[in-house]
Amino acid sequence: MQFTRKDILDTASLSAEEIIMILDTAEGMKGISQRAVKKVPTLRGQTVVLFFYEPSTRTRTSFDIAAKRLSADSISISASASSLVKGESLIDTARNLEAMNADIIVMRHSSSGAPHLLASRLKASVINAGDGTHAHPSQALLDMMTVRQKKGSFEGLRIAIIGDISHSRVARSNIAGFGKMGAHVTVAGPPTMIPKGIESLGCRVSHHMDGAIEDADVIMMLRIQKERQKGFLFPTEREYASVYGLNRKRLKKAKKDALILHPGPINRGVEISPDVADSPRSLILDQVNNGVAVRMALLYLVTGGGQNADTD
Amino acid sequence: MRILIKDGRVIDPGRLDDTADILIEDGKIIEIRPDIPVTSASRLIAASGKIVSPGLIDMHVHFREPGEEYKETIESGCRAAAHGGFTAVCTMPNTQPVNDNRQVTEYILKTASRCNGSRVYPVAAISPGLKGEGLCEYAELKEAGAIALSDDGNPVRNSLLMRRALEYAGGVGLPLISHSEETDLSAGAMNEGETATRLGIPGIPNAAESIAVMREIALCELTGVPVHIAHVSTAQSVHAIRDAKKRGIPVTAETAPHYFTLTDKAVDEYNTHAKMNPPLRSEADRNAVREGLADGTIDAIATDHAPHSVLEKEVEFDRAANGVVGLETSLALSLALVREKVLSLSQMIEKMSVNPARILGLETGLKIGGSADITIIDPEHNWTVKAEEFQSRSRNTPFEGWEMKGKAVLTMVEGIIVCSIL
Ligand SMILES: [Zn+2]
Repeated sequence: MQFTRKDILDTASLSAEEIIMILDTAEGMKGISQRAVKKVPTLRGQTVVLFFYEPSTRTRTSFDIAAKRLSADSISISASASSLVKGESLIDTARNLEAMNADIIVMRHSSSGAPHLLASRLKASVINAGDGTHAHPSQALLDMMTVRQKKGSFEGLRIAIIGDISHSRVARSNIAGFGKMGAHVTVAGPPTMIPKGIESLGCRVSHHMDGAIEDADVIMMLRIQKERQKGFLFPTEREYASVYGLNRKRLKKAKKDALILHPGPINRGVEISPDVADSPRSLILDQVNNGVAVRMALLYLVTGGGQNADTD
Repeated sequence: MRILIKDGRVIDPGRLDDTADILIEDGKIIEIRPDIPVTSASRLIAASGKIVSPGLIDMHVHFREPGEEYKETIESGCRAAAHGGFTAVCTMPNTQPVNDNRQVTEYILKTASRCNGSRVYPVAAISPGLKGEGLCEYAELKEAGAIALSDDGNPVRNSLLMRRALEYAGGVGLPLISHSEETDLSAGAMNEGETATRLGIPGIPNAAESIAVMREIALCELTGVPVHIAHVSTAQSVHAIRDAKKRGIPVTAETAPHYFTLTDKAVDEYNTHAKMNPPLRSEADRNAVREGLADGTIDAIATDHAPHSVLEKEVEFDRAANGVVGLETSLALSLALVREKVLSLSQMIEKMSVNPARILGLETGLKIGGSADITIIDPEHNWTVKAEEFQSRSRNTPFEGWEMKGKAVLTMVEGIIVCSIL
């Protein structure tokens, strides 16, 4: 098959075949990162703009490393340096980037749908590096890559996602991505954090953490943001940790081989206890490692890299 | 000059629905009967196969003058209204400056008097600056020509202020229009539900509207002064208003064509032309609004015509301005309700002319001696919505490309033809 997509906006719009192709390509990319010279000339002469309207050192660094390993020229533009803050519209800023012949725009934005807006207006490829509470496809793909490495396939796997589903683009992208591959996703959290109609994305809802994790093959803990207390979503971190935090005691109720994922950065002692975060079942560092490979694959594929995959 | 409108189906709800001729002289209707000889007039309008209706009234529009003339001027708004079949519009006060004093009201009326289009009836603010902190000078505003009061765009959060506004306005004799919204609950950008969840857009629950509607009903009951609820969008609001009317509380209500035509699915792909406040709701709400129209719970169809330029709309969804233009699509969408048997033609005309006039104390109807404010409608006219052809200065419609059936083919204000494609 060929990969013909110009943009990567969310996992919901990817087909199962495309997801497999991305994950397979990413596995191939992993080898590059393990070499002494961690660089291939694949994207030489291509310009990748890392357009981060919302701060994110982790994701930006991961895309930056990915671009450099493929020999692309990468440029970072952050909110403070961008003229967006001076009142220039998003479309104008993007047109300027395109006029400078950017080939790929990797975009992080606080508004859901901002990458869609750009993608529909620009010839350059747009890769969504997280938009509002909508989608974070590269994160979901690296989560899927991590799970596939340990479990072999997705069919019939039970995935529990615990935390603030309402405000989580990671949750939405994982529900769509894992669901598409035949896994069963359950989300759990206090009712204040479960958005209306989330079942329509293809998941079950539970308000009890124990029930959600007891037969789970993968437990994905989401970061709890302190500022959500302002919206009265939960009373205190203390109470949250006791009801929805993953600790050693609660982990005993899960399957012995259940994997633990967290998109990071983690709040130790809130959604996950330090001993669990550091336990061998926790794949948090595998996720970071796979992140670079997945992002290399995405950069490669949107530039048409997959089109001659068969003959290469 | 005498004008004769010949052989049209003349509908004046509750009084007349028959093929007849109308003779007009000096801006007034002087005769209505079949077979008026053509020799009695110097201008003949052949209306065979058309509907001759009292001039349509849109009781809720936003023209952006003074302040944001790049979106809409009074002149472009009046022209858009005339093209949509409206002989009169009521302009909301959230201009810059706000219409909260005599000078702005007089400016609007003076500017409108020079325009070739619909009549303009200014709605003045309930509170200075729409800030909800005090009462405007209602007596003076009425004298200047304001026909109603509203803080539209903003709700009146303070219940005591709303109570006093009702009592005081009741004394002055100005009707009050409520933009009903509980803002603590409405900090979102579209209807709460599946689509919002999928798109990751913060949702606005129905209760943000219905809580406020229920408060207005309670204050209406308390004061005995009529309240008109603007842009009803939820099933719960419809139920509350229906119940209040049954109990004899003098509440009236309007809805907009987009609420009885679209649902929040129109927001898909982050379509900012489907973003307005209140937001497009669910299918169940859309059906409840249609039932409310059918059984008389909702008295009026008003567009909430809210022009915005690409500067406000070609942006991230959560940053986009609320509102859609509606003057030039309202009649066709309302005629669709007639074809779908939700309303009779006569009921549609009630909701687009008779009832708004009644609520606001304006003249309407086709009466001998009355002003010749007349809309001639061709219910069979097929056309396609092309925003670039709008008379309005703005293009923010969710109906771009829609195939429509039915159009105003002639609009007459006080005997003067302000728009005609006949
Ligand atoms: Zn309003």
